[in-house]
Amino acid sequence: MSHSITLTVNGKTVTAEVEGRTLLVDFLREQLLLTGTHVGCDTSNCGACTVHVDGLSVKSCTMLAVQADGGSVTTIEGMAQGDNLHPIQEGFKEKHGLQCGFCTPGMVMTAADLLKKNPQPTEDEIRRALEGNFCRCTGYHNIVEAIQHAAANMQKAEA
Amino acid sequence: MSYIGKSVKRVEDKRFLTGQGRYTDDIKLVGMTHAYILRSPYAHAKINSMDTSAAESADGVVKIYTGADIAAAGVNGVPCGWQVNFKNGDTMKEPPHPLLVADRVKHVGDAVAMVIAETREQARDAAELIDVDYEELPAVTDPAAAAADGAPLVHDDAPNNVCFDWELGNPKDEVRAALDGAHHVTTLEFVNQRVVPNAMEPRSAIGHFDTSTDRYTLYTTSQNPHLTRLLLCAFVLGIPEHKVRVVAPDVGGGFGSKIFHYTEEALVIWASNQIKRPIKWTSDRSEAFMTDAHGRDHVTKAEMGFDTDGNIVALQATTHANLGAYLSTFAPAVPTYLHGTLMQGLYTTPKVNVDVTGTFTHTNAVDAYRGAGRPEATYLLERLIDLAALEMGKDPAELRFQNFIEPFDGVEQPGYQTQVALQYDSGNYHPVLKRALEMVGYEDFRKEQTEAAKNGKLLGIGFSTYIEACGIAPSAVVGALGARAGLFESAQVRVQPTGKVSVYTGSHSHGQGHETTFAQVVADRMGIPLEDVDLVHGDSDAVAFGMGTYGSRSLAVGGSAIVKSIDKVLEKGARIAAHKLEAAVEDLDYAEGKWTVKGTDKSIGFGDIALTAYVPHDYPAGEEPGLDFSSFYDPANFTYPFGCHVAIVEVDGETGRTKLKRFIAVDDVGNVINPMIVDGQIHGGLAQGIGQALLEGALYDENGQLINGSYMDYAMPRADDLPSFEIDRTVTPCPHNPLGVKGAGEAGCIGSTPAVVNAVIDALWKGGHQVKDIRMPLTPERVWNAMQS
Repeated sequence: MSHSITLTVNGKTVTAEVEGRTLLVDFLREQLLLTGTHVGCDTSNCGACTVHVDGLSVKSCTMLAVQADGGSVTTIEGMAQGDNLHPIQEGFKEKHGLQCGFCTPGMVMTAADLLKKNPQPTEDEIRRALEGNFCRCTGYHNIVEAIQHAAANMQKAEA
Repeated sequence: MSYIGKSVKRVEDKRFLTGQGRYTDDIKLVGMTHAYILRSPYAHAKINSMDTSAAESADGVVKIYTGADIAAAGVNGVPCGWQVNFKNGDTMKEPPHPLLVADRVKHVGDAVAMVIAETREQARDAAELIDVDYEELPAVTDPAAAAADGAPLVHDDAPNNVCFDWELGNPKDEVRAALDGAHHVTTLEFVNQRVVPNAMEPRSAIGHFDTSTDRYTLYTTSQNPHLTRLLLCAFVLGIPEHKVRVVAPDVGGGFGSKIFHYTEEALVIWASNQIKRPIKWTSDRSEAFMTDAHGRDHVTKAEMGFDTDGNIVALQATTHANLGAYLSTFAPAVPTYLHGTLMQGLYTTPKVNVDVTGTFTHTNAVDAYRGAGRPEATYLLERLIDLAALEMGKDPAELRFQNFIEPFDGVEQPGYQTQVALQYDSGNYHPVLKRALEMVGYEDFRKEQTEAAKNGKLLGIGFSTYIEACGIAPSAVVGALGARAGLFESAQVRVQPTGKVSVYTGSHSHGQGHETTFAQVVADRMGIPLEDVDLVHGDSDAVAFGMGTYGSRSLAVGGSAIVKSIDKVLEKGARIAAHKLEAAVEDLDYAEGKWTVKGTDKSIGFGDIALTAYVPHDYPAGEEPGLDFSSFYDPANFTYPFGCHVAIVEVDGETGRTKLKRFIAVDDVGNVINPMIVDGQIHGGLAQGIGQALLEGALYDENGQLINGSYMDYAMPRADDLPSFEIDRTVTPCPHNPLGVKGAGEAGCIGSTPAVVNAVIDALWKGGHQVKDIRMPLTPERVWNAMQS
């Protein structure tokens, strides 16, 4: 049975028909063609599908599309302002925080959530915040540096 | 303008950071269907019958194929790309690996049917309706147990499950005599456990048959699309290669697991012509655990003998290597020519013998995983020498220093001939250990360790000084050793009329950053801005040929092919410039993107020459128009990076939990084009090697069930499992390729594992527990149990 849902995705209102069992990540990828959000596992452990729903980071494979009805979703495609990368995206580029790029969208979304809650995290706090996101390429070293770099720049921008 | 040695930020990052990367599963074709592969839940079972009738009438189902259909259609299985012979000269046992199994499944995850439907969900729903009557049979999963008399057979025509037996080095009796005469022999029996590569992007393949042109396109998650095309066309389906395009777009990590030609690639291509519609198959993570080729899985006994001064006098290594149920593309090469050939290590050991038996088991295939054979060899050597130091009461660093091969540059001094076939190209081993000791603060650490022990705190330090052979590989050499392919690389440098440059490489980037590093090489050598260079890779219609990316070969082999093409461009450019400048070619200098007549201010720019080449009005007689060159580069030798890795751990005496406090790595990968990218490669390799030591390991139970086949159960390093790494490098250029580069992709993973285990063993010895070995991964339970013995 299909359901009609209406939600905001990256600032645009979207109305669509979805199956009751459709996961939010499948809805984003298959119906909205927002393929920046990735599927890396089937047990909600890898974090490649992390998006923001109503301002909170969520693994979009653990949520049904119908649960996002009426909500506001931000995906990796909604982070940059035109050609201007979000400071976290800048941090990842500056500090080589990505290699194959597959975990990267989820990492950026998780990092954004962290810095919103804790604008000046310690290295330990960053590492703990990334617990739900696997990266197999970087050994996390440069991801930690990328987030530190972004945090410093976002602090400067606010000051 | 110089770009070599600069940490240029990656040009590929923007698309990945903004969600614009294009991976195989992101691609949608018009009329595309979706495939789901039904897999065996048993490790070994006879298929008595299979009923697909209910599934065929399920919603959305387009077609279902079974093993019987594949057999009836006469479709071959996937081939093995490397032949290893038995000691007696017989060829290895090479059983077929069918695309779908009709009669007897041989590992959990073996494919028995493919359901094609309008949507992924419909295909999966229908697969649940297929009724397979299995008769479960006994299974064997351990590579040594498999070779014992009476073990269940994986293939009826491979007695004792032996695929091959093989040895290399000095005669065994000479090695034995040296060991018998040794002052001290350190003996270790250990398991180098099976690990799962776990690239974050699951494998995916789309098969498309164009009825109007009779051409196929395969989009696939591959590290080497051209090799996949070769195997698919020539060995599996018998389709002419010019009728097949293979595209490996953005690929989300490989680590070896995406080198191989997999059954699903052949299935979607074959079936796309049957149903005349595109078919996409994407693995889920559970399937990835069951079917992406695994790594390692050796059961080994090794003995290292020393004289009274501590000089190594002999090494004997005996290994059973697990190959899994079927031979994956490069499987036989990994425990033999990529493992046995590394047994010299960095040491002057005069007598070395390595004996390897490759066995079939009822498990998923084992093949190259980051390092491929070299981590296993390094683990063996570095565990032995560190343990020998403990047993003999010597310092592990000093024991290494005294056994190191002396420096040789491969130019003034010849390469170093090992006892196990290889000739090292260049090496200078003392400085990496010396530098690592400085970074550790070794003397202070030993004092701290002694103090800590007095307070019941178990601190340990572990070393690993490794060498590897990469830049794979001289075709004639690997051909003589059984490779069924050449291992050269190709490159085309096409100068556009405007002077912009398109580079087509047979290497494939799946995280390595070739679009940046290769562009740096081109821009630097041609003296043009980096943004004037674009790299094309991963498409067999665009790139003439390629052997792909693995074995840390991209820059050493692929980059060298690019250099050859650049040189041809500049030679022809010089002839055109000489004509335009009315000078002799010998009188021209090329620098900063222009040719100048020596001693004058007469010059002409690269862009002008490019335009002239394509608008050849005023042009040298007899010269062809255009500025576009292809090259093939076949390396003269492997390259031999080396380094020193040091782990410092604290073991909790109450719980057995190991905390990795510091990790120091000093690597020598030859010349470096982009230090930032090389550092990133090292970091990632370290994490994987440390993961094997402390966390990872695929577990098959006695029935052959993979019992930790998900991220709920398989422990892969997370950010809070690791420290920030302390890394540095020395530079010993490769003497035989034009860039002097050696390769950095695997080094981190090759050196790091034994360093961590050695550190834990050191901590336990300092705490009074003279433990020789703990089976990896070093879980708290295993370490705690070791401390009780």
